Amino acid sequence: MYPIQAQNNPELDAIREAAHDFAQQYIAPFVMEWDEAQTFPLQVFQAMGEMGFMGMLVDPKYGGSGLGYAEYITVIDEISQVCGSIGLSLAAHNSLCTQHINQFGTDEQKAKWLPRLASGQIVGAWGLTETGTGSDAGGMHTTATLDGDEWVLQGSKNFITHAITGEIAVVIARTGEKGDSHGMSAFVVEKGTAGFSGGKKENKLGMRASETACLFFDNCRIPKDHLLGKVGEGFIQSMKILDGGRISIAALSLGIAKGARNAALRYSQEREQFGKAISKFQAIAFKLADMDTEIYGSELMIRHAGSLKDQGLKVTKESAMAKYYASEVAVRVANEGLQIHGGYGFTKDYPAEKYYRDVKLCTIGEGTSEIQKLVISRDMLSA
Amino acid sequence: MKILVCISHVPDTTAKINFTAGGAALDPNGVQFVINPYDEFGLTKALHLKEKHGGQVTVITFGDATVEATLRKALAIGADDAVRLDGVPTDPMQVAGELAAYAKDQGFDLIICGQESIDYNGGIVPGALAALMNLPFVNACIGLEVDGSNAQLLREIDGGKEQISAALPIVIGGKKGLVEESELRIPNMRGIMTARTKPLAVTPLSGSAALTAASGFTKPAAKAAVQLIDSSNLDELVRRLHEEAKVI
Repeated sequence: MYPIQAQNNPELDAIREAAHDFAQQYIAPFVMEWDEAQTFPLQVFQAMGEMGFMGMLVDPKYGGSGLGYAEYITVIDEISQVCGSIGLSLAAHNSLCTQHINQFGTDEQKAKWLPRLASGQIVGAWGLTETGTGSDAGGMHTTATLDGDEWVLQGSKNFITHAITGEIAVVIARTGEKGDSHGMSAFVVEKGTAGFSGGKKENKLGMRASETACLFFDNCRIPKDHLLGKVGEGFIQSMKILDGGRISIAALSLGIAKGARNAALRYSQEREQFGKAISKFQAIAFKLADMDTEIYGSELMIRHAGSLKDQGLKVTKESAMAKYYASEVAVRVANEGLQIHGGYGFTKDYPAEKYYRDVKLCTIGEGTSEIQKLVISRDMLSA
Repeated sequence: MKILVCISHVPDTTAKINFTAGGAALDPNGVQFVINPYDEFGLTKALHLKEKHGGQVTVITFGDATVEATLRKALAIGADDAVRLDGVPTDPMQVAGELAAYAKDQGFDLIICGQESIDYNGGIVPGALAALMNLPFVNACIGLEVDGSNAQLLREIDGGKEQISAALPIVIGGKKGLVEESELRIPNMRGIMTARTKPLAVTPLSGSAALTAASGFTKPAAKAAVQLIDSSNLDELVRRLHEEAKVI
C-alpha cells in the first residue's frame, strides 16, 4: 500500500525512514527490558533531541525542527510501532509541555525554556489532572495565589507523565472560583523549586517505560513571570493544547495498531497448522483485512485533522473524532493480533501481549472515549 | 580537502527481487532502495575527515531521476553537494568511465568508493576508476587517515592486515572498518530539511561505452522443505544422507 500523504513528498518519506531506523537501532533491542523494569530511558530522549524529534513543532529560532503535524504524526507513528511507552512520552513532551510554552509563552519565556526542551536536554511535564478531577478540570483543588512578586502554588497533580524526571512542568492551577472556566491559570514550575516535588512512580498495566507520577506543590513559590499568558486563561489554553494533544494520542494509537498488525501478519505467515500457514485460513485472513482497513481509516482521519491544524484551523471536533476512532481501532487491532497469536500471544516471547497492555491507555489518556463522544456530540448539538 | 564519495543506489537487502524484460532486468516495483552499505561506511568516513581537516564532501551517482532520493539522503546525512550522472548504467566499465570523466578536472584529494555494490557485486568500478584516472588504489580498505598530503591506509588481506601509505590523490574501495556500524548516521530533521536546498547537479554523460550487457538473471532455487528426523532414528538419518542426499 502507498503510505498516506507521502506521494511526491520526499522529505516526509525521509523523515519516516529516519524515525524507523532510529526506533530499530535505539529502542527495539531494549523494549522488553525497559518494560519489565519500568525504566524510563532518559538517554533515548536525549538522542531523540539530537534527531530533532523533541521539538518537532517548535520554531528553529528556539532550537526546534519547525515542522508541522504531518511530520509530527509520522514520527510518533513510527516510534510507537516499536514501543508505545516511548511514543507516549515523546507525544506528551512535544504536544503538552513544550507546545503550551510554544503556543502561549512570551518571546522571553520561549527563549528561556524551549531550547532545552526542543534539544532533548530536558524533558517536560504538563499537569492538569488531579486525584479528584480528571475531565472535570474546573473543580481542581490546586491553587495559585499572588503574593508580591511571586505566585504561591498549593496542591497536587495526578497521573503526570515525567513528573519525576521532568526538569520543568507546565501546571494549571486555580486562580479564581471553582467551576469558573476563567478561574484557572497556567504556570511554569522548575525542578528544584522549594516545595515542588514528584511522587512515587505508578506501577502500570502498560506504557511501563513511560514515567507517570504525582506532582506536589507545598507552599511552592515561583516568580511572577512564570505565568503563561494572562490570569484566567489557563483552562482555555489547556483545551486548545488538548486539541493538538488528541492528534498526538491518535498518532500513538495508530503506531501501536500498526505494530500489532505487523506482528500478527508476520506470525500468521510463519505459524502452520493442518499443513499450511494460518494466514491461509479465512478466519485469520479476514481478521487481518479488518485490521488493515480500520488502520487505514484512522490514518486518514488523523492526517486530515493534522492538515487542518497545520492550516491554523480549529480542530476540536476533528481531533476528538480522530482520537476516539484511532484509539478504539487500536484496542481492537491489538486484541485480534493477540488472538491470532493464540497461546504464544499470551506469553512475553512475542510482542502481541505488550501491544495489548500498552494500547488500553489510548482510550483513556487525554480524555476517555466517552469524553471524546461528549466533545463530538456537543459540537453537533450546538450547531 | 575535497572528497568525492561514489554512491550506488541498491535494493535493500530485505527486498524481494523480481526480474522483467524476459529475466534480463531488475523489476524496481515495490523495491525499497538504499545507499549501498559499503558506500555508507565510506560516506561516514568522509564526513569524519571533513570534520577533522575541513573541506568539502561531494556525493555522486550514475542513474536516472529515481536515484535522487538516495542522493538527498546522503546530503541529509551531511554531504555538501551531489552530482547525478544522468543515465541508466548497464556495465561497470561504463560507470567507471563516466565517474572518471566527471572527476578528472575537479581536483579531488580523495575518491571513496565501496569495495563493491550489494546488487551486482562486480567489485570492478573502484579499481577501474583508479586505473582510468591513473591514481593509486587501495581495495578492501578498513582504515584511512590523512596526514597533510599523504594517506595512511589499512587494507584487509587473508588472515591479516596490510598498512599502506600513499600520496594523495588516491582512490579507495572501502568497507566496514573505515567506520563501525554504530558510527553510521541517521539523518536528523534539520539535515533532511536542509538537504532540500543543497546543490544537486544533473550532469550529461560523456559517452563512455558499456563493454558488456546482461542477457539474463536466475534466482537461486527455492529451499526445499525441512525434513525432521527424530533423534531416536539415527539409522534412518544416516541412510537418507547416504542414499538420498549422497553427502556421506
